[in-house]
Amino acid sequence: MSPQTQTDSESFVLLRLAERRFAVAAGDIAELVAPSRIFRFPHHTKEIEGVILRRGRIVPVCDVAARLIGKSLLSRRFYLIAQRRYTNGTEWIALPVTGDCELIFAEMIPASEADLPHVSGWLSHDGDVIEVLNLNALTPGPNPTILPAPAEALQQQEALS
Amino acid sequence: MRFPAPAKSQPVRTEQIILFRVSGQLFAVSSASVKEVRSVDTLSGAAKEIAQAGLRKVRHIVQRGEHSLYVVNGAMHFGLPPFAPALVFVLRRTRTALLVDGIEKMTTMTRLQALPQAFCNDERDWYRGVTAIDQTVVPVVKPEGFLTPDELFLLDSSLQSNGSADASTIAEDSPSEATLLESSPGAAPLGFKGAGLDPTPSTIDPASLPQ
Repeated sequence: MSPQTQTDSESFVLLRLAERRFAVAAGDIAELVAPSRIFRFPHHTKEIEGVILRRGRIVPVCDVAARLIGKSLLSRRFYLIAQRRYTNGTEWIALPVTGDCELIFAEMIPASEADLPHVSGWLSHDGDVIEVLNLNALTPGPNPTILPAPAEALQQQEALS
Repeated sequence: MRFPAPAKSQPVRTEQIILFRVSGQLFAVSSASVKEVRSVDTLSGAAKEIAQAGLRKVRHIVQRGEHSLYVVNGAMHFGLPPFAPALVFVLRRTRTALLVDGIEKMTTMTRLQALPQAFCNDERDWYRGVTAIDQTVVPVVKPEGFLTPDELFLLDSSLQSNGSADASTIAEDSPSEATLLESSPGAAPLGFKGAGLDPTPSTIDPASLPQ
């Protein structure tokens, strides 16, 4: 077994966006909360829907479904509150999800150069191959990674799978 | 036996703000940043139209002594639907007079959170941060964010080419010159200078996260 292709077992949170599941490193997750009121105000960051109030903090809501599955979510069941790392610290970001989340332990295969920037690796679970998300590349920030357009990204993913 | 004197609690720093609406959307501005609040009607005689400005959100200029103020349409600035403004805020230390729907109320904020870094476009120049007032999140505007240096240069150039106005910078006027036309009953004068809040970084300490 090559150490480059397999790492030790780690914990991940599986989230559901419509029919697809994705994973985020459990260490990056703060909590899972019921949807609450979104406050909207004018801005030009199209990935951000608005903000929610959580534990006295103002947390931006970022719908990543458009980028990951090619369409925005019509309904949402929870907000998965995750940590987004920036060069000068970490902030919370709320990701709308459509179903229950699950904590699993699995071995992640690191992403290759051919993978999209928002993929930090892959894991196998219940017969599915699941993308492990790199939130720093998936969500907006001061120095955003240039991501391909959703349609192009999906085509690339389908070609790879 | 003597007991140690009880520790004095730190006074809570607050900042007085004006909640106002532009095209129905709620915003806040530090009351210390607002020099005057005027009815649009009182301004109409003094305002001159500038047609060639090249900046849709600025259609008028007001001459105030030696100085000129650019009248910024708040709805156009924020990309909101058009509205019929009722009031104008003359903003201190800027050359901006801001058209707004009206004042919601004056209140105080005890915490200003930095705009989350996920917001990474023009809005970073528009807002000092965000605050929660009565369980509602309100963006706190940056007075100098309504006209960027480039926009001021464009407007000044347009004026110079028309030879119609002086583009000198407005000096800080004394509070006694402030004209308060509308405010909530019992509200402090707009010249109030509270202890200005610095935005609290929205970064988090991972150790504080729930396990």
